[in-house]
Amino acid sequence: MKYAYYPGCSLEATAKEYNQSAKMVARHLGVELWEIPDWSCCGATAAHNNDHLLSLALPARNLALAEAEGLDVAVPCAACFNRLRAAEAAVRGSESMRATISEIIGRDYRATNKARAFLDVMVNGVGLEKIKEQVVKPLAGLKLAAYYGCLLVRPPELTAFDDPEDPMTMDHLIQALGGEAVSWSYKTECCGGSLATARTDIGVRMIYQILRHARDAGAEGIVTACPLCFLNLDMRQNQAAASHGEQLNLPIFYFTELMGIALGYAPKDLGLTTHFVNPVPMLEVREILRHPATRRETA
Amino acid sequence: MELAGALRQTQALKSQVEAASGVTLSDCYQCGKCSAGCPVAFAMDYTPRQVIRLLQLGLGEEALKSHTPWLCASCQACYTRCPREVNLPRLMEAVRQEARRRGMINEKKVDIFDQAFLSSVERYGRAHEMGLMIQYNLQSGQPFKDALLAPPLLFKGKISPIPAKIKNVAEVKNIFARARAKGGGRH
Repeated sequence: MKYAYYPGCSLEATAKEYNQSAKMVARHLGVELWEIPDWSCCGATAAHNNDHLLSLALPARNLALAEAEGLDVAVPCAACFNRLRAAEAAVRGSESMRATISEIIGRDYRATNKARAFLDVMVNGVGLEKIKEQVVKPLAGLKLAAYYGCLLVRPPELTAFDDPEDPMTMDHLIQALGGEAVSWSYKTECCGGSLATARTDIGVRMIYQILRHARDAGAEGIVTACPLCFLNLDMRQNQAAASHGEQLNLPIFYFTELMGIALGYAPKDLGLTTHFVNPVPMLEVREILRHPATRRETA
Repeated sequence: MELAGALRQTQALKSQVEAASGVTLSDCYQCGKCSAGCPVAFAMDYTPRQVIRLLQLGLGEEALKSHTPWLCASCQACYTRCPREVNLPRLMEAVRQEARRRGMINEKKVDIFDQAFLSSVERYGRAHEMGLMIQYNLQSGQPFKDALLAPPLLFKGKISPIPAKIKNVAEVKNIFARARAKGGGRH
């Protein structure tokens, strides 16, 4: 199984744990990732807020590079995934748009390949059965809230791999890893994205609602598939909780980190030691990291 | 005569926003589902439903003054739930872009953030998080915003003072130039 790999800007910086753990679990499960050489930014929200053609052309360049190799693209970042899918759909749906985008990027792009969310590649490509077989350190019934956010599941005509209101892909993955996925009503609520930076007063309120509802549902941690969701829930957790006079100490995970833990890798090798809310003590208390011997990274 | 002129202007704005967004304003029957589920509605001056209503009634000037299109997080909840499949996030983009063209930047901080992001991408081919945060802070007049978060981010190796620049920056610069030359494009 081979995919072009589009990490996106965040995975080289604030979300380096996601990059590290995604590559590690892919290798473990026999998924070959060919990182798109010299990939460029997808333009994110800033591009589509300001310039429609630019917002399609920026992701299209990366899709075109993968298309030339005949590969579908595995995309960990939910925001990049959404933008790549938007470019794909626009080009597939209209010959004139195809010509325009090809002209802007200076490459022939026909949208014969597809962007796939890394979560989709793992759960539906590799399959839960195969993942389950590889689990050596089950998550000991850890109660986790699967948090999908917006761009992984909406709008459904673009994302097209799970239910937009009550997605279950990550919930099933948590169960396959030996955890317990809690039922909660904020799994697809928006974290505010870059509002947390541009209008922190507004962003922090949105972040708090998600954290609070996860906690009230009995979750011991939140699992994400998006670097921006992660950053907001992790880095701004103290700020969000403090704005309501609370302290939450709710660890946030990328689903790939939990896969790595269950597959037997050490927290440090997966990047779990660079979170703002340190998740390692909880994993230790729940004795998830105990025997058998932790795998060492072999790279 | 004056009345006819004003009418023409509001009609022009209406069709412009419709063309840019691909939304047919009369599709909306004002059920309000968009606004009931909007996670940012609490911070808006007009709810998303009201913004559409303003446009439907030819009160587009008022919609252009609204902060709502600037605060929309593009979370797609409204569009996903709309029984009439009105692509509200696209409509918000179109209103916002038209407001910007007229120099009505109603949420300056949001705009500064977006422009800092895009200039980073144009310059390096990728978004340089630390550089864009510094640019955002300086331009928005809050030099010490989130300053306490910077040291741990640096220490954890999550941000870098040196931007990652792609080899073929010229190609990305060309993409910006050609998209601009085409005027951003219609839907």
